Amino acid sequence: MSIELKMPALSPTMEEGTLARWLVKEGDTVSSGDLIAEIETDKATMEFEAVDEGVITQLLVAEGTDGVKVGTVIAIIQGEDDGAIAAPKAAAPVAAQAPKPAVVAAAPAPAPVTAPVAAPSHSSGDRIKASPLAKRIAANSGVDLAAISGTGPNGRIVKADVERTTKNTVSAELVEARPTADNRPSTGSGLTVNGGDIPHEVVKLSNMRKTIARRLTESKQQVPHIYLTVDVRLDALLKLRGELNASLEPRGIKLSVNDMLIKALGLALIQVPKCNVSFAGDTMLQYSRADISVAVSVPTGLITPIVTDAANKSLSKISTEIAELAARAKEGKLQPHEYQGGTASISNMGMMGIKQFEAVINPPQAMIMAIGAGEKRPDIVDDALAIATVMSATGSFDHRAIDGADGAQLMKVFKELVEKPLGLVA
Amino acid sequence: MSDYDLIVLGSGPGGYVAAIRAAQLGLKVAIVERENLGGICLNWGCIPTKALLRSAEIYHYMQHAGDYGLTAANISADIDAVVKRSRGVAKQLNQGVTHLMKKNKITIHMGDGKLTAANTLTVTKDGKSEELTAKNIILATGARARDLPFAPADGKRIWTYRHAMVPPEMPKKLLVIGSGAIGIEFASFYNDMGAEVTVVEMLDRIVPVEDADVSTFLEKALTKQGMTIMTGAGVEELKANATGVSAKIKGKDGKVVASEFTHCIVAIGIVPNTENIGLEALGVEMDRGFLKTDPMCRTNLPGLWAIGDITAPPWLAHKASHEGVIAAEAIAGGHPHAMDPKNIPGCTYCHPQVASVGLTEAKAKEAGYDVKVGNFPFLGNGKAIALGEAEGFIKTVFDAKTGELLGAHMVGAEVTELIQGYTIGKTAELVEADFMHTVFPHPTLSEMMHESVLGAYGKMLHM
Repeated sequence: MSIELKMPALSPTMEEGTLARWLVKEGDTVSSGDLIAEIETDKATMEFEAVDEGVITQLLVAEGTDGVKVGTVIAIIQGEDDGAIAAPKAAAPVAAQAPKPAVVAAAPAPAPVTAPVAAPSHSSGDRIKASPLAKRIAANSGVDLAAISGTGPNGRIVKADVERTTKNTVSAELVEARPTADNRPSTGSGLTVNGGDIPHEVVKLSNMRKTIARRLTESKQQVPHIYLTVDVRLDALLKLRGELNASLEPRGIKLSVNDMLIKALGLALIQVPKCNVSFAGDTMLQYSRADISVAVSVPTGLITPIVTDAANKSLSKISTEIAELAARAKEGKLQPHEYQGGTASISNMGMMGIKQFEAVINPPQAMIMAIGAGEKRPDIVDDALAIATVMSATGSFDHRAIDGADGAQLMKVFKELVEKPLGLVA
Repeated sequence: MSDYDLIVLGSGPGGYVAAIRAAQLGLKVAIVERENLGGICLNWGCIPTKALLRSAEIYHYMQHAGDYGLTAANISADIDAVVKRSRGVAKQLNQGVTHLMKKNKITIHMGDGKLTAANTLTVTKDGKSEELTAKNIILATGARARDLPFAPADGKRIWTYRHAMVPPEMPKKLLVIGSGAIGIEFASFYNDMGAEVTVVEMLDRIVPVEDADVSTFLEKALTKQGMTIMTGAGVEELKANATGVSAKIKGKDGKVVASEFTHCIVAIGIVPNTENIGLEALGVEMDRGFLKTDPMCRTNLPGLWAIGDITAPPWLAHKASHEGVIAAEAIAGGHPHAMDPKNIPGCTYCHPQVASVGLTEAKAKEAGYDVKVGNFPFLGNGKAIALGEAEGFIKTVFDAKTGELLGAHMVGAEVTELIQGYTIGKTAELVEADFMHTVFPHPTLSEMMHESVLGAYGKMLHM
């Protein structure tokens, strides 16, 4: 019998993804656990494993196709038990043997099949209803109509449905105002960027880039940001780090300053719970655990793996966790739960010499801490000039949820924890 | 308990259609009208003007009987009889609407309706008021002619479309201000009826919302018929007196010339009827004087809907009717498809007629499309020549990349009956190949629609 492999939901919220790469070709035999394809979601690339055994007879979605809806049939596997029989159009008496979704547990060879079940070939199964224009645009832009759901009459796929998928359409269309003598001027909408005469190439956006663009725009448009900056002396923390690293060396652990700042932010959020919140319209979520999202730069953009319960983890634990998460983030192999969530974020550009900056909040979180470079600066202690290693830290707060005074309180506690760092190890 | 599921305020082509559709879907419906069932469209607009224009057309043919090998002597026009026929047509349709209301068990409340809350309407007639409540109210109060600020219509010498439809006498020398659909139709009617007509348009071409090629062609055709057309011109002063109107018109060259006319028609646009229906007090959201609605015709107040000329353009009867159906179906819990303004055709019943749908060539280019344009003249069509109507053209504008029909623009005999073909095509999202594969019947004017598409792709056959 043939088995339809469907686009899997790799996270609870995933609705569609990009079929980044096929790892098998038609004719290949696969068995349970074999890697079949790489699927790119909005943030990560994941491998899709076979759970059934058989021969891949058809790959229905081309490599690189994006916007493939969860549940779309992407390939057909011919089970080994019935070889090439599959009498076409034979009545299918056993309804229960309808093709199983590939995500179900490995199906043992089905019970003796008395009548061969017709192999529902996807392409002939149900005709795709689409307008001629929708078909033309889909063909031009390499979009698979099977992956699109139609909004036209009787579920027909219309131009707008395809354009929602491709997004790289012609240009902003004018909504033309027709008749009447005092015709009001038409207004263009949307953004047209054509590069003009400047030499350029058009680069297709990765799903990650699209997500970053969408979320940062939403954040800056919808979240009123307030920025609070403090200067933090680092000498004590650097000294403690040196001592800790000396004693951790046998275990192969090397703490970074950032590891310690993650812990400090976690502790500060627990001490100032008014900043460990999410604004949710009519309500507000008050978190009792601090999960810190750590901004990690990867070749295709940015991703924020999460250190859960940072306030209660040891520095060594944070350090090993973040090293492991960052390494997998760079390979695009994070699982969605490892980067979705978090109650606040930290972004450190100190290693790049940035003195101070304001980060964009990552909704629904309500704060992000931006860490600048630690540098030797003149420092006045008891009216005497001294030298101290100082960094500037700037918290961005969602002002709908967090008042300035509460934000200031968080910055104060964070500063104290860093300047008197024994609290981080206690 | 509400008195009704739905009350429709205004019984024009938007309102009465909404009421019928809602009643068909099982709702308890009332309609409120202050004057005539059917509204402006069939009492004072679309329909009676078509009756007038038909008389003008027949008069025109009789005068040109010789062109067809016929003789017609002692031809004359009796404006009173022409108007009487037009009023008869309006009356017949008005009674038709009354019948449709009755058939669908829609309660008619005659009087002035005013919202007192989003779901309450007070209807006043002859000093007596009654209060009606409904779960939903659709506002469909329409629009009226805009007056010149310095010379409001008096009905004697200075007319709006409404006066022009029941003229007290046949104008000898007529000034028409504004060259949109309404202005041009009356200019064409009175020109055919024998008046000396001057059209003044502020913009640089007549029927300015149409494709520029249509404007140019129509201006030539009307000028040939004896009309005087002044574009890029404005009326600076207009004064009615016992024998006519004196106007000071500033021409394209900036010179102001004083001229005398017997009558003047002001057709410079419309004003939505949004006053005195209680909108201000309820805080209904407006946009430049028109009600703001979503694609299902909802206003910002729950249960309050708006359709037709009091909402966004185009301000056309068929747009209002279509919105009426959308709103009624949405109220009844359905999921109607939103209307695409680019698929709403527009028709002007001058002689020659104008019809169009979608983007003009200029607008398409402005929107960034790489276009393919086809243009087929009436002169190349056998039926047009046989009819003795060999003037006009059909122009099509395609997106070169996708084959989408972006717009179609026609001028010539009967084009208002042809445009629906392209409108169906646009609505169904057909591409050039579908139009090319369609078999058009011979001999008809519609063959030009085929040729125009072929022409856009360099495959024209009969030119």
